[in-house]
Amino acid sequence: MEKSNKTNFHLSKTLKSNLITYGIVIAAFLIVQLLINAGQVSSLMKGLLVPLCIYTILAVSLNLTVGILGELSLGHAAFMCVGAFSSSLFSISMLEAIPNSGFRFFLAILIGAAAAAVAGIIIGIPVLRLRGDYLAIVTLAFGEIIKNVVNVIFIGKDSNGLHFSMKNAMALNMEKDGKMILNGAQGITGTPKDSTFFIGVLLILVTLFIVLNLIHSRSGRAIMSVRDNRIAAESIGINITKYKLMAFTISASLAGVAGVLYSHNLSSLTATQKNFGYNQSIMILVFVVLGGIGNIRGSIIAAITLTLLPELLRGLNTYRMLIYALILIFMMIFNWSPKLIDLRKRFFHKNKAEREKV
Amino acid sequence: MALLEIKNLGISFGGLRAVDNFSITIEKGQLYGLIGPNGAGKTTMFNLLTGVYKPSAGTILLDGDNITGKKTKDINNAGIARTFQNIRLFKELTVLDNVKTGLHNRYSYSTLTGILRLPKYYKVEKEMDEKAIELLKVFDLDKEKDLLASNLPYGKQRKLEIARALATGPKLLLLDEPAAGMNPNETTELMDTIRFVRDNFEMTILLIEHDMKLVSGICEKLTVLNFGQVLIQGNTADVLNDPEVIKAYLGE
Repeated sequence: MEKSNKTNFHLSKTLKSNLITYGIVIAAFLIVQLLINAGQVSSLMKGLLVPLCIYTILAVSLNLTVGILGELSLGHAAFMCVGAFSSSLFSISMLEAIPNSGFRFFLAILIGAAAAAVAGIIIGIPVLRLRGDYLAIVTLAFGEIIKNVVNVIFIGKDSNGLHFSMKNAMALNMEKDGKMILNGAQGITGTPKDSTFFIGVLLILVTLFIVLNLIHSRSGRAIMSVRDNRIAAESIGINITKYKLMAFTISASLAGVAGVLYSHNLSSLTATQKNFGYNQSIMILVFVVLGGIGNIRGSIIAAITLTLLPELLRGLNTYRMLIYALILIFMMIFNWSPKLIDLRKRFFHKNKAEREKV
Repeated sequence: MALLEIKNLGISFGGLRAVDNFSITIEKGQLYGLIGPNGAGKTTMFNLLTGVYKPSAGTILLDGDNITGKKTKDINNAGIARTFQNIRLFKELTVLDNVKTGLHNRYSYSTLTGILRLPKYYKVEKEMDEKAIELLKVFDLDKEKDLLASNLPYGKQRKLEIARALATGPKLLLLDEPAAGMNPNETTELMDTIRFVRDNFEMTILLIEHDMKLVSGICEKLTVLNFGQVLIQGNTADVLNDPEVIKAYLGE
């Protein structure tokens, strides 16, 4: 009897921590909704709401690769790119076939996630043979490759069906009624604007559900055992390749979901250095590192803070980036300085001990 | 039939024959010791046995099955589990989760079941918890089950490593210097634990050790390695009194 009580306590402890994480997201959503209803949110801030969701999903998904699997990936934005373009293509070609925008967007999300997952598997199989710095460099390269490949694809649609080329728009040989869907570097225009803040928050919750439940399951333990000690994991019969690829693929497909949100939030989508390049990948990594590697809740908070900061500081104009940099440095010290970690731990344990006394 | 039968095993690194013409037969339920001076090739032997290195010659039979040259994870599934000379725990996982990771291949549900938290997840996790706690109790670690493995004191980390290896349900347990860094009291306690494991889990144990008190105290048979070759094999008392062994260890 006593034994079963103990195990229940163990489960409920992780459950409690998970519920707090979900709670933070839901509370943030409700507060923003209240502020919007009260007319307290500027249109600039309203425009930031969907990007906030996008960055949160990206940060949480990258944390799965960096924090839980323990491999540094610098090409995360590329999976977002795959999700964005594949779902946009789907939505535009199905605009007439599926008039219900909710259902069409739902399918678009699934397609974006699936396409990014496939990209994750294809890139993951060769890349995950490497470790550490080498893996980081190769993911960086693959990220750039994907972005550049997207820039030379031409897809058009006419009465004969779909046309595909990697040369130029003329090479498609379309009939007169033909319509360009994906026009090389000019990208995709006319994606339906289906992303909303509500759907974004819903997708954050789904992402959290998948990642947190994965971590606290049999597969999650296997993934973390590979991170903590590869040789020991192998010695107890863990299939290292399988679990590395699993974590990498799930992480990629969630980044794909963020890409779907991104592409359905803009009327024209192009793959540039700024949105799908390595700058973006590093930006996501900054969220993960500052929020605490392996700390999912920290990723959410860092993503939101660091996305909002530059906008909130806009009034300070010239000093904006200076203050942003200072805050970055302070967050880094706060999260990573051994002395401060010690201090936080002691504070936390004191609280815990007091609670247990009561 | 012998549980483990190694015939003429050998491996060389470059020109160096680290292990040469090594043969050993271990019966089921035996407590077998592998000793020898530093650099004799003892850990290399373990690495050959567990598939970390591929042998360049010889065969390894476990319970009659040829496991020579198989992958580490497949050898574990075949029934060999080990601990390491320099402790290799999953440091950021709790004590309980370390053992549950060891149970990985004995309890199964799909990743999707885990993510969707289907009823099977709760059922299997509960079984795993119970089994893991049962194992932790053997090593007197059940009170520390929610601590991170890295926060355990040294002696307990060694015990946890043995518990994790046992969790995989092996036929043969390899212990690489289990008493390294332990004080005499901890060593005595460890000897009791090893005996207990052998008797209660019906385990066959092969261990590498430098601590002669432990070796003479619990091993029934010994093999002495020197420069990658078998110096002498036999009953513990006979081997330890052999002049060749004394020479190899203490010099002329």
